[in-house]
Amino acid sequence: MPSSRRLILAHLWFAFVGFGAALLLGEWQMYIRSPLHTWISDPEWYYRSVTAHGTTMAYVLPTLVAMGFGYFVTEVALKRPLIGLRWAWLGFALVALGTFVAIIPVALGRASVLYTFYPPLIGDPFYYIGVVLVVVGSWIWVALMGVNMYAWKRQNPGAPVPFAMFATVAGSFLWGWTAVGAALELLFQIIPVALGLRSTIDAGLARVFFSWTLHAIVYFWLMPTYIAYYTIVPRAIGGRLFSDAMGRLAFVLFLVVAMPIGIHHLFQDPQVGAGFKFLQSVFTAIVAVPTLLTVFTICASVEIAGRLRGGKGLLGWLATLPWDNPIMLGTAFSFVMLGFGGAGGLINMSYQLDSTIHNTQWVTGHFHLIFAGAIVIMYFVIAYDIWPHLTGRALDSVRLMRAQLWTWFVGMIVLTFPWHYVGMLGMPRRMAFYDYSDPAIAAQAAWVTMSVIGGAILVLSGALFLIVLVRGQMAARIEPGLYRFSVALREPRTVPAALNGFGLWLGLMVALTIVNYGFPIAHALATPGTGVPAVMVGVGR
Amino acid sequence: MMRERPASEGVGWVPVSIGMTAAIAVASIIVGFGWLPLQQRGEEFRGVWDAICSAAGLVQVSSGTEQVVQADYPTTRIELTPQMLRNPSAQSIGRGATLALRCTMCHGARGLSKADTPNLAGQYPIAIYKQLMDFKSGARASAVMGPLVSDLSDADMRDLAAYYAYLPREAQPASGAPPQIVTSGAPVRGIAPCGSCHGALEVKVGAAWLGGQPSDYLRAQLKAFSSGARRNDIGEQMRNVARAMTAEEIDAASRFYADRP
Repeated sequence: MPSSRRLILAHLWFAFVGFGAALLLGEWQMYIRSPLHTWISDPEWYYRSVTAHGTTMAYVLPTLVAMGFGYFVTEVALKRPLIGLRWAWLGFALVALGTFVAIIPVALGRASVLYTFYPPLIGDPFYYIGVVLVVVGSWIWVALMGVNMYAWKRQNPGAPVPFAMFATVAGSFLWGWTAVGAALELLFQIIPVALGLRSTIDAGLARVFFSWTLHAIVYFWLMPTYIAYYTIVPRAIGGRLFSDAMGRLAFVLFLVVAMPIGIHHLFQDPQVGAGFKFLQSVFTAIVAVPTLLTVFTICASVEIAGRLRGGKGLLGWLATLPWDNPIMLGTAFSFVMLGFGGAGGLINMSYQLDSTIHNTQWVTGHFHLIFAGAIVIMYFVIAYDIWPHLTGRALDSVRLMRAQLWTWFVGMIVLTFPWHYVGMLGMPRRMAFYDYSDPAIAAQAAWVTMSVIGGAILVLSGALFLIVLVRGQMAARIEPGLYRFSVALREPRTVPAALNGFGLWLGLMVALTIVNYGFPIAHALATPGTGVPAVMVGVGR
Repeated sequence: MMRERPASEGVGWVPVSIGMTAAIAVASIIVGFGWLPLQQRGEEFRGVWDAICSAAGLVQVSSGTEQVVQADYPTTRIELTPQMLRNPSAQSIGRGATLALRCTMCHGARGLSKADTPNLAGQYPIAIYKQLMDFKSGARASAVMGPLVSDLSDADMRDLAAYYAYLPREAQPASGAPPQIVTSGAPVRGIAPCGSCHGALEVKVGAAWLGGQPSDYLRAQLKAFSSGARRNDIGEQMRNVARAMTAEEIDAASRFYADRP
């Protein structure tokens, strides 16, 4: 068992309790905007709730899961205690403190600006300071991942870094760099205005900075999921990883091309030139390469498991897969949602197609399907897989786990498919109130009601998840045995130096960032008269 | 035992990866900054460099055919910021009280009156200051207020704003539940909720506090915005809202705010 298991459990419990609370808020938001409920008469409550939901789900949950799982991988893959345990606790403390510092002003209605900040809206400075603390805490984790990997490499010269560790460090470096955009926006633009030091803000530049973070953060959320695909799934279903090198290549490609693509979130923004929008669209499209490498490798790995279990023929191996294994089940659901979500994403990243669904509920449906669906369901799978190794207790509510994964999958489909559809009909997002008595949108009422039912199924699933974990915490003590990650089908004799370190890829990542973001940022900084008066939120109530 | 293969063996990862990345970037730049802009119909670029500048987002120099449309009536000239007129000094309030003596006929001795004129006690200083500035510049027309503000200096107007903001609002019990136009607006007709700027839900810089204002005054202003007789709203937001409002909605909003403290 890892020596830092208390640290890891602290991360995961904090993440999952926050997740449970934010999940309830999400369903409340769905419900009060739906035709099932009369209008609450105060949109501020809605935006307050959205801010708390988004901040918890987008910043706190994935950051803590990535950190906790990262510490787990470090100890298990490198087979040695974590270096810097005290620093890790400090990082956790900063994230936890930041969460409370941010969420209190939100709860008081003093920062209902949504988790994407939306300047010139300006809320209580403590909200932004809290978010900065969360990011700073996670940067400690980034540093620790690098320190642990390089210390191991020094002790094992010439040996390849275990794949799970390599992938985790790739994810941490991606986050370290992608968080810089939002950090610049917060520290140099928003917080000075929130503190009253300035009264105007360049909202266009702020949006460019946020786009730096906004898309790559999705790949940071995705990293634990992809690491689980490669290093947990093949082992858990009795198969082998099809290719170790393919996995390494996928992760370094994410590092390079996941980062300089966020301007596709600004297709309708006038402050960015069309040339940069095109350039970043191209790199957004190239993200399909590591994604498809992963889909191919994992399907091949799963096929190996099916054939080892006696599956024959073109598709016969599918039938012999261990479908009663929650990890198999969760992975299949994750892939289905990744497929639909990815297909929808192709619309979002296309300059012209985006204009048909821009700022509609399609977008909300899309990121819930990808993040809350494909990604978060694998967070559940990770927790199920490593929980006994953290608690030293059995986690044997297998039927409950399957029910939980099924309800999450069904709930997410029922939630997001109607959301996509009403988006195509033109239903705008970020609205607190829809007047369904108006004939123009009356036909959307049934679809919105369907989404509310999907959300209710998700609440049930979230509750089941927490019940499974609590039962695991109280179960009989067992000896969980040695934890191991997947083994490659053909263990490679050699690994190229380029796929055993990050120098080359970090260089490319920074260089591409400069090419894709340098001019738009410099241009905005050099253009006079771009400041607009800040709009203070939550001051006059 | 696996081992790391040094960079000197096998394919050159460094040149290949850098070369591929650079090739994709350069090809995208050529297409995105050169070829695509030149394919756009209706764009008149004076050469490739002009097209590149356009794609980079540089502001185009107007060819002279497009003029910025100027309103043919006086518009508000002041810029409002949330920090404006905060924490006035006691002297400012005192000077404002003296200046306000000439306003008492209509606005009451303590900023409250029954004359169907705006009750100014406890009004936001920015709202008062903006209206005074607009009366003075002619952006808001009034046969009564125009001559009265013509000799006021900028400092006078700030002092008046500070004084009226300092006075206590009328204490009256809260009215009933707000009508839908106040809490929800009418999204499909593009009407934002009144309460999202004017109180009840949220307050925005420059918007007046409407609680306790005479309903006749509120109704008259909404009608003036609707007809275009009043047009000192920056960005036409009140004219757009008022034009889309029904007579019943105007009535409901006016009565709700008049009965509110």
